[in-house]
Formats: sequence, structure tokens, C-alpha cells
Amino acid sequence: MSDAPTLLHEPWPSLAREKEGVAFGLWTFLASEILFFAGLFLSYAVYRNLYPDAFRIASRETDILYGSINTAILLTSSFVMTIALHASELDRRRILASCLLVTAILGLAFLGVKGLEYADDIDKRLVPGPDFSLKPAATRLFFALYWVMTGVHAIHLAVGVGLVIYAGVQVQRRAIAAQSPAIEAISLYWHFVDSVWLILYALIYLPGRS
Amino acid sequence: MSETAIESARDEEPGAVTASYLVAGHTLKSWLTTTDHKRIGILYALAITVFFFIGGIAIGLVRLELMNPKGAILSDEGYNRLFSLHGIVMVWFFLVPSIPATLGNFLLPLMIGARDVAFPRLNLISWYIYAVGAAFTCYAIVAGGVDTGWTFYTPYSSLYSNSNVLAAALGVFIVGFSSIATGVNFITTTHMLRAPGMTWSRLPLMVWALYATSIVMVLATPVLAMSLLLIIAERYFGLPLFNPSEGGDPLLFQHLFWFYSHPAVYIMVLPAMGVVSEVFACFARRRVFGYIMMVYAIMAIAIVGFLVWGHHMFVSGESQYANVVFSFLSFAVAVPSAIKVFNWTATLHRGQVTFEAPMLYALGFLGLFTIGGLTGLFLASIPIDVHVTDTYFVVAHFHYIMVGGSVSAFFAGLHFWWPKITGRLYSEAWARFAAIVMFLGFNTTFLPQFIMGYGGMPRRYHVYPQEFQVYHVISSVGALILLSAYLLPLIYLGWSLLYGTRAGDNPWDATGLEWQTSSPPPKENFEEIPVVNAGPYHYHPAEEAPDAARREPQEAQGRKP
Ligand code: HEM
Ligand SMILES: [Cu+2]
Repeated sequence: MSDAPTLLHEPWPSLAREKEGVAFGLWTFLASEILFFAGLFLSYAVYRNLYPDAFRIASRETDILYGSINTAILLTSSFVMTIALHASELDRRRILASCLLVTAILGLAFLGVKGLEYADDIDKRLVPGPDFSLKPAATRLFFALYWVMTGVHAIHLAVGVGLVIYAGVQVQRRAIAAQSPAIEAISLYWHFVDSVWLILYALIYLPGRS
Repeated sequence: MSETAIESARDEEPGAVTASYLVAGHTLKSWLTTTDHKRIGILYALAITVFFFIGGIAIGLVRLELMNPKGAILSDEGYNRLFSLHGIVMVWFFLVPSIPATLGNFLLPLMIGARDVAFPRLNLISWYIYAVGAAFTCYAIVAGGVDTGWTFYTPYSSLYSNSNVLAAALGVFIVGFSSIATGVNFITTTHMLRAPGMTWSRLPLMVWALYATSIVMVLATPVLAMSLLLIIAERYFGLPLFNPSEGGDPLLFQHLFWFYSHPAVYIMVLPAMGVVSEVFACFARRRVFGYIMMVYAIMAIAIVGFLVWGHHMFVSGESQYANVVFSFLSFAVAVPSAIKVFNWTATLHRGQVTFEAPMLYALGFLGLFTIGGLTGLFLASIPIDVHVTDTYFVVAHFHYIMVGGSVSAFFAGLHFWWPKITGRLYSEAWARFAAIVMFLGFNTTFLPQFIMGYGGMPRRYHVYPQEFQVYHVISSVGALILLSAYLLPLIYLGWSLLYGTRAGDNPWDATGLEWQTSSPPPKENFEEIPVVNAGPYHYHPAEEAPDAARREPQEAQGRKP
């Protein structure tokens, strides 16, 4: 076992049980998160159903290059995160810390690319408002949802980056053990946020491009 | 109860008991940084009491205004803001957290034989999240209030309302996360931390109720959070989400909102059902009739509750087919509720009932919840709903459920577990008196509202035809009686804290693990984790032969970890 400080916390009777408990708790939380995003997906479904043409036109205005680069970045980050989890199970502290670092960098890269894309969108006047540039009125609904969905996702990702950095630093400093249940929890969360992006990618960039 | 109480009463002899959670640290900081579920329960109790009285003051003014058909003391604006404030505060900051976050936090680990909830720090964080949300809402109040009603309907809330929608909606949005955190914590605790032998079929009904409530909190609250976020996006960033002039659909908002807010009714009522199950069993000295059916009913209510939201939208322009389906499902959800009422009645019928204060409050619940539930059936049938929608009939209906039901049960639970929580007994006579006044005051306030609602008095109007005045005046007098009934416990329970006699570990001779530890419990709940050998509610172990054979009392004592 590792020499790091106590792994086991109150009120858990054993470490194995605590690990199970943390994973269980996180899955429960993710169930909640799924319904959070489901509200957005439902709104999207309703409006796309009402205004299929407008959604196709609007979707063609999005920049699929940025979107695809970001998808690649997140898929890579998920892969690195899987290695991190493996390292945690094997109690390999150094590998774990570096994988967490790489994951965080990829996450920041995603946010950077997203920022560039947002800047372009603003240039192209794709923010619903008085000087919105697209024609059928319902394209505004698409872009309203675009901003909310990607914004909420970006906030989730930023929280993830914060958690990953925090965990990495704590592992490096030996303030938490490599085998801490927190690592599994963070990795689950990370994979979840990535999966949401895959759905968003399909909803935002693909309609109208065939 | 008197003899056992005295016999088992523990004095303050040093060393006689492990230090109770109350004396484990006396500083304010020791309370504000605690991760002890019992202390967190008390922090919640203090917070929601404050909000209960804020909401109460608001409605006090409303009722005063309504005594006069001309609307003499408030402006239209002021009136709208006051009833909105009342609804927002009562629902989001009092009712939703009431039983789960106070009694639930205190009791859940004790009832399943755990040392704490699964994630004690998350539990503390959830209280702070509540506090932050509350701060936003208080800001909204101080800055002049909101006038959207507690439902924040769009496009009024997102486009037109000239009040502090942003702060109020943010407050509600934030407090939702505290509810989700509590839900995650309770679900994990119930799954992972039950004492040896505490199988699912031995869980007290209170635990089942909290578990089902937590599922609703975890799955419904995020949808509410999202709909509030969308209002904020529309109002603040000008994104057209529900704006009909941009092609948006305000009905969509209502679907999202009620997908949470109907199940939210069960967040309020399921824990209440848990509480009264415990109280009835104890004071009828009977195991709850049809335990398994009760469990199924709890879960059925939690699940079917997700499918009936559309009954709030019968007149909103949703499709006729949807109306019929939602109407049917709403009737369906009444079935498990009725099963519960019948089973409680059967429990009482076969029991040796005594009328201590918790029992009086619980009986109050039974009566008021039944009336509320039956009038709910009126509202679920489309033709009647079209007639009484948005009248005082609806106001009366939901107060019977939420206030008559949930708040009565909250008081039942508070009185039942008070000796456990504080280690003190309160004045039975005063408590019984308050329970009776509360019941009478409640009916005086809300029965007339059924009548005037049926007669056509719309809700949310403060200027009304003369013919309704007599009902409004009765209702306002009732509210005054009700208010005094809410103030009484503050006095005699406060008195009990200072001067009450020692309660002893189990003053009611109740079953359940929480009664096996000292009152108030030690910080770690049990000196040793108990082992469970039998199902709940063994009030007459001798008569229940098959179970009695399995039960070997005090076996747990000999077990060392
Ligand atoms: C002294 C007790 C109470 C009285 C006299 C009272 C009275 C009222 C009245 C007259 C209204 C209708 C306002 C209107 O629509 O014109 C109302 C609305 C409401 N009350 Fe109460 N109430 C009381 C306690 C409570 C409690 C304890 C709760 C919840 C725990 C509660 C929850 C609500 C809600 C959610 C609304 C809806 C507000 C809206 O329509 O926007 N009330 N109350
Ligand atoms: Cu409903």
C-alpha cells in the first residue's frame, strides 16, 4: 500500500467499501447530470421538429473544423484519463500525476479552441439579438440553444479541469494517495463530460451537412 | 411512558455516557464546520424556521389585504410581490428541504445503523449551498421582490416582469444543487452503509420514504435547474428561448417546469408519509399493516409521480390527447396514495391507540392529507379542472396537501424525535393543545377557500366581488389562529431545551435503531454498530411468532468489532 496519508474516511468500514460507495455516489450524481442536459436536448428536439429547415441552415453556419478538432482533443483526453485511472489502480503515483497533467492541458486546449470559435461566431454575428445575421427567424432558436448548450458544457469542462489539476497537485504532493477513490470519481466525471460533447457535436455541427 | 422515562433517564454523571453530539464542541465554529449529520440537520432546522416565518409574514399581509374587497392596503404590484415571495420562500426554502434535510439528515444514519451519511463533507457543503441560494433570494426580497409567482412562467418572467427575477431565479437554481447533493448522499448511504442484518425488507418506512424522495430529488431537480437557467439566458442575455414572437414555445417552459414541480410535491409528501408511518406504529403499538404494500406504494408514487406533470396544463393549450393521458395517469397515482391511507387506518384500527402529541399531529396529517388528496381527484378530471383552475379551489387543495399534510407531519416528527434530538421532554399538555389548535386553525383558514374557489373567486386577485368577503374574513381569522399555533411550539420547545426533564433513551418505548442509542446520541451515533435480527416495528414480539423466533434481543451487545 502507499505511504500517503489515510485513505479511509469516516464513516466507511473499509477502503474497498469506500471505493464502491464513491463510485456509486458519482453514478447517482451523473444520473442527475443526464437529466440536466436532457432538458436542453428536449428543447432542441422540440424546436428542430418545429423548424427543420431553419435548423439546417443555422447548422451550416457553424464551423465544423473547430468542432472536429475539439472532438479529437476530448477523445484523446478521455484516453489519457483511462491510463491515469489504470495508474491509480496500480499505485503508480508519477504516471498518474503526469497523466492528470496531460488531461488538464487537453481540457484547456479544448476551452482555448472553443474560445476562438466563439470569437468567430461573434464576428459572424451569430449571437441572437438585434444584429443577428441569419434569415429565417427560427435560426435564432438554434443559436440560442447553441450558446446555452456549449456554454453549459464548457462550464462543466472547466470544473473538470479544476478538479483534475487539484487532484494532480495533491497526488504529486502526496497529500492524497494514488489509489484514492477520488481519482475514479474524477475520471467518471471527465468521461461523462466528454460523452456529452459527442452528443452536442452531432446536434450542432452535423445537421444540414450531408 | 413516564416510568420507563425515569428509569432509563441518564444523568450527567461524568463517564456514564459518551459525550453527546451536542456537547462535542461548544463554539460557533464547531457548528459551522461540523460534518456530523446530526448537527447539519439542526443547522437546516434553524435555517428553514427563519424562512417559514418570512413566508408567513408575507402571507399575513396578503390575508390582511384580502379582508377588504376593495384591496385597501396594498398596491397591485405590492400584492403580486407578496404572494410571489410567499410561494417562492415556502416551496423552495421551507417545504422542499423541510423533512428530508432536517429530520432526514438527523435520522437516516441512525435508523440504518451507520456512523454518518456516506459523504459527510458534501453534506456540510450542501448546507452552505442552501445558504448561498437563500442569500440571493433574500437579496431579491430586499431589493423589492419578484412578481412572477413561484412558477416563474415565461414569457412574463423572461421578458416583461419588471422585478428581481434574476436574483430570485438564481437563488432557486442554487438551492436546487443542495437538494441534489442531499439526494445523492441519502441514496448512497442507504445502499452502502446499512448495519449488518439491516436488509431492504427490514428498513423502517421512514428510510424507504427518504430513499424514494432522494430519487425524485436527484432526477427531477436538474430539470428545474435547467429551466431556470434558460429563463436567465433569455432575460439576461436576450437569447430567444421561449419567446413566441421569435418562434419560441412558452408551453415548452411549462413542460420543463412541471416535470420537476409535480414530482416536487412528492418531495414534500413522501417524507411526511414516512414520518407518520413511524408515529402510527409507535402509538398504536402495532407493526404497520401491510409493510410490503407500503414499500411498493412509496416507490410507485415516486415513479408514477414523474408521469403526471401535464395535469397542471389542462387549460394551457396542450393537446387534448395529452390531457386525457395525463388525467388518467393522475388518477393512477391516487391508487398507491389510497393504499397508504387504508393501511394506516388498518394499523390504527387494530392497535391500542394513545393520543400523545406526535400522534395528534399525525392524525391531523391523515385527515387533511385525505381531503387534499380527494380534491386532487377533482382537479385531475378535466371538466372540473377547467371550471376551478386558477381559483381558490386550487389554493385550498395544495395547502391541504402541502401544509395540512407535510407541515403537520413535520410537526409530528419533530415532536416524536424531539427527545432523541435534544435529550429533553416537552410539555405534553401544551403540545397537545398546539396540535389541536393547529388542526382547527388550518381548517378555518382553508375550508372557506374551497367554497369560494368553487364559487368562482380567482387566485392572485386582491380586488374581488363583495359576495366573497365573508369567506375571506373567516380565512384570515383562521390564518391568525394558525399563526398562533405555529408560535406555540417555538415557546414550549424552547422551554423544554432549557428546563425540560431528561428524556431517557427511549421515552416512547419505540422500536428502531435510533432508539437504541443514548439521547442525545453520541457523536459517532452508536458505541458499537448494532446488528439487526428482525424487521421493523416489533411492538409485540411475543405475538408475532415467526419473527419472534428470529429475534434474539441484545445479541448485538456481545459483539466486538
Ligand atoms: C398561515 C398559513 C398560510 C396562509 C394563510 C396561506 C395563504 C395563501 C394564500 C391566500 C395564497 C394565494 C395567493 C394567491 O394566489 O392569490 C397562498 C399561496 C401559496 N401558498 Fe400559502 N398560506 C399559508 C401557508 C403556506 C405554507 C406553510 C406553504 C408551504 C409550505 C404555502 C405555500 C403556498 C404556495 C406555494 C402558494 C402559491 C403562490 C402562488 O400562487 O404563486 N402556504 N397562500
Ligand atoms: Cu401536479
